[in-house]
Amino acid sequence: MNNRLSQLFKQKTKNVLSIFFTAGFPSVNDTGVIARALEKAGADLIEIGIPFSDPIADGPVIQQSSKQALDQGMNLKLLLEQVKQLRSEVTLPVVLMGYINPILQYGIGNFCRDARAAGVDGVILPDLPLRDYNEHATLFHANDLSVIMLVTPATSDERIRLIDQASSGFLYAVSASSTTGARAGFTAEQEDYFRRLAGLGLRNPVLVGFGISNAATFQSACRYGAGAIVGSAFVSMLRNSTNLESDIITFVKAIRSVS
Amino acid sequence: MRRFQPNEEGYYGLFGGAYIPEMLFPNVEELRLRYQAIVGDAEFQREFETLLRHYVGRPTPLYQATRLSEVHRATIYLKREDLCHTGAHKVNNTIGQILLAKRLGKSKIIAETGAGQHGVATATVCALMGLECTIYMGQLDMERQRPNVERMKILGATVVPATSGNMTLKDATNEAMRHWINHPTDTHYIIGSVVGPHPYPDMVARFQSVISQEIRAQLTEQQGNPFPDYVVACVGGGSNAAGAFYHFLDEPHVHLIGAEAAGHGVESGESAATTALGRPGVLHGSKTLLMQTPDGQVIEPYSISAGLDYPGIGPLHAHLFESGRGQFLNATDEEAMKAGIELARLEGIIPAIETAHALAVLHQLEFSPDDVVVVNLSGRGDKDLETYIRWGRY
Repeated sequence: MNNRLSQLFKQKTKNVLSIFFTAGFPSVNDTGVIARALEKAGADLIEIGIPFSDPIADGPVIQQSSKQALDQGMNLKLLLEQVKQLRSEVTLPVVLMGYINPILQYGIGNFCRDARAAGVDGVILPDLPLRDYNEHATLFHANDLSVIMLVTPATSDERIRLIDQASSGFLYAVSASSTTGARAGFTAEQEDYFRRLAGLGLRNPVLVGFGISNAATFQSACRYGAGAIVGSAFVSMLRNSTNLESDIITFVKAIRSVS
Repeated sequence: MRRFQPNEEGYYGLFGGAYIPEMLFPNVEELRLRYQAIVGDAEFQREFETLLRHYVGRPTPLYQATRLSEVHRATIYLKREDLCHTGAHKVNNTIGQILLAKRLGKSKIIAETGAGQHGVATATVCALMGLECTIYMGQLDMERQRPNVERMKILGATVVPATSGNMTLKDATNEAMRHWINHPTDTHYIIGSVVGPHPYPDMVARFQSVISQEIRAQLTEQQGNPFPDYVVACVGGGSNAAGAFYHFLDEPHVHLIGAEAAGHGVESGESAATTALGRPGVLHGSKTLLMQTPDGQVIEPYSISAGLDYPGIGPLHAHLFESGRGQFLNATDEEAMKAGIELARLEGIIPAIETAHALAVLHQLEFSPDDVVVVNLSGRGDKDLETYIRWGRY
């Protein structure tokens, strides 16, 4: 196993910072620019969203970025080429996140083969049911791609264990029953859920996502799991950025700052 | 009745299933585990049938359309769903789902709507049951269908404009699903067609199946034989067609004809003829035939009729198409408008423009003089007066 994700979690089990952004946003060719800046800024893991016309699990910020990326001609084939290119400079693990339809059209087998060749380490496919994943599991494994699945506060312990068994790389703990988007802080109920996850003795490290937007939410998420994922807050920042590299470095520093 | 029923995971052949993010799993799983027991319960059935009879006005007539029959040289019956309360078959489903929602202990209802018929039917049953109602409707559709927006408001519903994407039905559905993700415990989502994750396609088909149940009984009474040679219905998502086909699915001698909207023409780039233009894909929680780009982005469909303006079809219909059990034809805007006006002149019935597509494809079928054809007259044309007026050629 040469998977950069497994390497990462072997070396680091606390305060892992994963950053999500939409491929081809703000401009089509920014994917590589952003990935390089994230590596320089000290992020641990990069999640790149494959834009889709009908992103039902996403809030307005990511919806809008997806639409803009598509309008600018972004597609999966181009994204895989961009990942291949950025691999000459970027050593961080790269995870692709996207809805299943563009991948079905590309062909799951073709996608796994090309993703591996490009240097992708894992995939998050929120609308791929467990049943269908199990059908294709050998394809993902044969191409050394981790498959990261989601759990939510409403997922039963029994189902969390089932999902943990099928997942590899890490487990994506959605912080609330909600679509993606930044929030100010966590409620006591959410903290209970993080504690519940920590107490289950899962085989995968847990990263918390949805609603992580600043140092405070990052730190509270990190208290219970291996780290957290920042998405909408980062994409909002990108939209308004005039200098991607320096703004990304400032953003990551701010998330990492200890209050 | 097995071949055309979904399996336990909601697959009709290759199509169906539940392609949903984990955030929706508890809601959809609750429905999957409980809907059969709830719907099969005698008390539920009694309440459902009572409301259909005394509130909706069922059974709807099966009317032998003599002058239309002369034109097509076959015996044509019209199943008068246009006479249902609220003006279309949509209410059969909303009555069923609101009773289900109550039994699931839900206090709030959401729905998506395109032309507004399903929104009105949902707002109606919410008023009837005293449940809070929020309808998502594409902002563009709200402008195109103002009277229905006001009808929903009069009935006490909140109408929320969907401002994402192209601001039509597909986007309203996205917004409703997002709302459901964000309000998972107290809310039931009344999907208006035989689309969405399992068990919706089956649930909606069952609530609509009263249409074909009545057709069988009425044909027996009127001609001594429950089977027509053809059943013809328009297909957007396909709920009225699913209801009209349901009790004939396992009767291979009954031809099942779906009429899709060709818009300005199948090859014009402005069409909603999914079986002609679609490939298997996943949208709104199920695998089905879908109009999409080679890259898997969903194509915005076009039809003069807002109710057929959907880029997919229900998985049952995708299966009927692929297996050859159903035949899918299509009619352009022009053919549909002409057929709508033809019915008005021949029978004194102004049909919904969706329904007019089913009437239009009669001209593409070759009937024998002794053929019996049932056309599901899914809705009335009141809501489409503006479009008829703009069309002008009558």
